[in-house]
Amino acid sequence: MIALSHDDLQALWLTLQLAAVTVGVLLIVGTPIAWWLARTRSRFRTVIEAVVALPLVLPPTVLGFYLLITMSPQGMIGAPWLQFTDATLSFSFTALVIASTLYSLPFVVQPLQASFETIGSVPLETASMLHASPIDAFLSVASPLALRGYITAAVLGFAHTLGEFGVVLMVGGSIPGKTKVLSIAIYDHVETLDYAQAHALSGGLLLFSFITLLMVYTINRRLPIRVA
Amino acid sequence: MNRLEAQFDIDLPHFRLQADINLPGQGVTAIFGPSGSGKTTLLRCLAGLERSATGRVQFEDVVWQDEQQEIFTPPHQRSVGYVFQDPRLFPHLSVESNLRYGFTRTPAAKRYIGWNQVIDLLDLQPLLHRRTHRLSGGEQRRVAIGRAVLASPRLLLMDEPLVGLDAQRKREIIPLIQQLRDELHIPIVYVTHAINEVLQLATTLVLMEGGKTVASGTLSEIFSRLDLDQYLDQDTIGAVLETQIEAHEPEFGLTRIGFNGRHLFVPQQRLPVGHALRVHVLSRDVSIVVGSPPRQTSVLNVFEAKVVEIGTMSHDRHSVDIKLDVGCPLLARITRKSVAVLNLTPGQTVYANVKAVALSHDLPGIP
Repeated sequence: MIALSHDDLQALWLTLQLAAVTVGVLLIVGTPIAWWLARTRSRFRTVIEAVVALPLVLPPTVLGFYLLITMSPQGMIGAPWLQFTDATLSFSFTALVIASTLYSLPFVVQPLQASFETIGSVPLETASMLHASPIDAFLSVASPLALRGYITAAVLGFAHTLGEFGVVLMVGGSIPGKTKVLSIAIYDHVETLDYAQAHALSGGLLLFSFITLLMVYTINRRLPIRVA
Repeated sequence: MNRLEAQFDIDLPHFRLQADINLPGQGVTAIFGPSGSGKTTLLRCLAGLERSATGRVQFEDVVWQDEQQEIFTPPHQRSVGYVFQDPRLFPHLSVESNLRYGFTRTPAAKRYIGWNQVIDLLDLQPLLHRRTHRLSGGEQRRVAIGRAVLASPRLLLMDEPLVGLDAQRKREIIPLIQQLRDELHIPIVYVTHAINEVLQLATTLVLMEGGKTVASGTLSEIFSRLDLDQYLDQDTIGAVLETQIEAHEPEFGLTRIGFNGRHLFVPQQRLPVGHALRVHVLSRDVSIVVGSPPRQTSVLNVFEAKVVEIGTMSHDRHSVDIKLDVGCPLLARITRKSVAVLNLTPGQTVYANVKAVALSHDLPGIP
């Protein structure tokens, strides 16, 4: 067992923080998007679906490049950010969260959308006939029924954020303790031919990813809630 | 007088719903018609689950929907209960939590139906801690009915709540619905395509066909009309009489029932004297005798009657329904040849022989 250096531990901790915050943001942002996509009959639905799926096919560097421009001190978001917070957005933890949220969006929206579609409108109608307002019906009926979707979304979002590289490198750089995440640490080790450290981190990430996916599939199979 | 009034005109992918109803806001109103006649759609419109550009619904003094005035009360604010065709229990909740779902969401001031009242009436106590998917079909229906009733609806909509149940389960649930009507006094609109459910439950009847409401009125009114035979099964045409038990004759195994000063003998009933009994006198069980009153006949139930109306003679049928007045309407089915031979005309005095009486709790399909 190779002991992790201080630098690597810092990268690991930062990565876990980033993934956790990103998943939190994604569940909040992704729920209404997935809900809308699952229930709308609007013709813009396919357009929005395509936009949400873009990060699946776009090279991360392309996404990172556009984000870098938008979040730079002269950028569309970066400039007002600087004005209001007196701090630059690019190369900050916040920038990483924004970038990761966009990057992992489809991994959260798609499972949620699929589970909302499976649930359909029937349980909501039923709830509305029992005095439940639409929001009440969503919270008390639709979201518990979508539990599997939420678990899948959270785990996929988390695991996917752990592994991102191109986007974080573009918008975050590689500032130790601030924006240097695990995948970048691995890259640095490989560049300096420190294969032992690279092995330790890569192996750990591989094992972690496998275990999380295994858990998702196991939980999904065993969860008592089945929407017929 | 509480009433439920509604008009809808909606173009749907497969048909057009044109409904116009004005119903008493009490008792059970049956919406009756073949599959695909728009019964469920009408019910969903009343609940606010379907919205139409040209719709109006008023219950008691509250307008739920009036598109001209841009009024549309969302479904959850309508105080409507809905028992769907399938029980639709929430799979993530226990039976008790399902039952409490609407109950806890009803403001205390609007609760007129108590928890224990419903649990006892529907015998739900033994089911409370079960999981919904472990319930039998009949138990699921009972929970679904209980859940809707516990939300203290001012109007209960029921969409074929017995469909898919076997005869035994139906026999168990029908009396429960009768109790909702008679003990909890919930106004019910009940969709069905089973005439025996109509006869056992309904006070008012709406006939639907091809998306249109074709007739509505009390059961006695509708069942004594000759122009509606196209909407009813030939074997179910006949007058509905609201009678009372007058006396029992145990030595002959008979019970005498009375209506409008007339009497009928039926097989002995277990109901007490004075109790109301609805009977269905099928037109095919009534024949007509012309001339002086028959002095000796094995038929017990003979009435003097006046011919009111002779049904449309159609060449593809050998018989025709005749509407008689025996203090209230009675239908008789005789051959077209008999009409000619007896030379029947409206206003004529005849005698009606009633050969059999179907009782509302003893009808085909529900033995």
